[in-house]
Amino acid sequence: MKAVVTEQSILEGLARNDRKAIESIYREHYNMVQALVVNNSGSAEDAKDIFQEALLVLYEKVTAGGFELHCQLKTYLYSVSRRLWLKRLLQQNRFISSDSDAETVPVEDELDTHEQRAREFELMEKAMGGLGEPCRSLLEAFYLQKKGMQEIAAQFGYTNADNAKNQKYKCLLRLKKLFFAQYKTDL
Amino acid sequence: MDDLNVLEAVERYISGTMGPDERMYFEQLRKTNPEVDQLVVEHTFFMQQLHRFDDTKKLKAQLDEIHLDLSEKGQIQSPRLEGGARVRYLFHRYKRTAAIAASIAGITAVAISALVSGLAPATQNKAQDAQYQYLKGKVEQAINENRAQDRVLKDVKNKVDATAVSAPPIVYTTGGTGFLIDVNGYLVTSAHVIENAHNIAVQNSAGEELSVQVVQSDKARDIAILKITDSRFKAPAALPYGIRKSGAEMAEPVFTLGFPRNVAVYGEGYMAARTGFNGDTLTCQIAIAANPGNSGGPILNRNGEVVGILSARQTTAEGVVFATQSKYIYNVLAQLRKTDSSVQVKLPTSSRLQGLERPQQVKKIADFVYMVKVS
Repeated sequence: MKAVVTEQSILEGLARNDRKAIESIYREHYNMVQALVVNNSGSAEDAKDIFQEALLVLYEKVTAGGFELHCQLKTYLYSVSRRLWLKRLLQQNRFISSDSDAETVPVEDELDTHEQRAREFELMEKAMGGLGEPCRSLLEAFYLQKKGMQEIAAQFGYTNADNAKNQKYKCLLRLKKLFFAQYKTDL
Repeated sequence: MDDLNVLEAVERYISGTMGPDERMYFEQLRKTNPEVDQLVVEHTFFMQQLHRFDDTKKLKAQLDEIHLDLSEKGQIQSPRLEGGARVRYLFHRYKRTAAIAASIAGITAVAISALVSGLAPATQNKAQDAQYQYLKGKVEQAINENRAQDRVLKDVKNKVDATAVSAPPIVYTTGGTGFLIDVNGYLVTSAHVIENAHNIAVQNSAGEELSVQVVQSDKARDIAILKITDSRFKAPAALPYGIRKSGAEMAEPVFTLGFPRNVAVYGEGYMAARTGFNGDTLTCQIAIAANPGNSGGPILNRNGEVVGILSARQTTAEGVVFATQSKYIYNVLAQLRKTDSSVQVKLPTSSRLQGLERPQQVKKIADFVYMVKVS
């Protein structure tokens, strides 16, 4: 019972991007995932990718709210990692050769969501890349770092906050255009 | 309403910073105008995407960091980093400590230098001031000369540090840089460096002053050829660099070695344009830091080929430097051979510096770059 409680608190920590919580998940479960990947014709680098992607899947679940783990965290991460690695092998026309009899749970739904999220992430990355400077930094400063317009105007060398604000809206319009142009054709 | 205003209104509506009246009006608008409604939905979605993107990016970075950290500590079985990657990891890990240490060192250094300059004899400071003034006058004069030639260039000439030339009776007042083009002591420099000179000497990397004579000076191409006549000059077996016949490619990284001070100073930049000031085809434009005294210095590419001779900079712009293209060294020499058949100069065409790290390249070149002193 105690284990369940701590796992729940670890998941809450993950949702808050708490470093200690993430480190403990890493310490507990990384070696298992690495063994899975390396024993199935993957490298240590592949293992890192797969484990981190599995953590992203978990992160998406816990930040969506209302997530309850119905199995051990270990089983969950193993199931997700296994599916992810299987998929990657399939893309290379290869298969998992020796299937161990470790317990797995169905994770198809979250992987579908994750795939969608990964595509959206890529799109935003591309749009941001196409935006160029100083637009990119300007938008990041305002929307992500939540800096005030006054401070931004000083930092980016605009004569006043109104000018900076105007420029920010222009940049945002462009970013939205770049993003949705791709989004609507891709998805 | 244009796009920007609509966007602003939508943003304020979503963030809840609208006044009650405006909010009522906007909600009414949203009900009657499907486009506005669509915009609100779209913008909400987009902002969610943007924040999600940022969260994911941050988490990914955090995961990478944790991975690196735990594998370095041996708490997970991932292979530890080796070689350069490990150095980078340790650097990032300890950079804050290092930065604090460095800033303390810096503060101490500044404090000490302030102390030293405070204690230094007043006469020396005055001498420096005088020197500074003199240099400025010199530069202005150079501008006027250039205006006459319809150029807004500043001659990259320099007043030689007076303290350095104490023993000989000749006090050299201006100077530049030159480099060997033949093992028998032929040097190339800019023609403007030796213009109106009474006495010219060159100083090698060991600090020895050697006498030279002017063999050829081509003002139009801004190339002068000197020959070291001093008996102390020891002919090297070969030159490390080659002189390129074709021009440099745009954006090609280049570096130079010159004497803006009494010691050789390294600078690097890139080829910015194939032509020089006002479309001059004899020269090319380089983005590099150059100061008075760099004139006549070789511009080398990463393979160690001389692609130009540094000659001038534009005073009205930052970091705009012009160099005479190296192929004109060949032209000037051909011209020289016509007038004086006794001159036997063989330009090195191939570089031995290919594939070397920059510090090694510069080390090998340093012995072949001379300070040119003029009075």
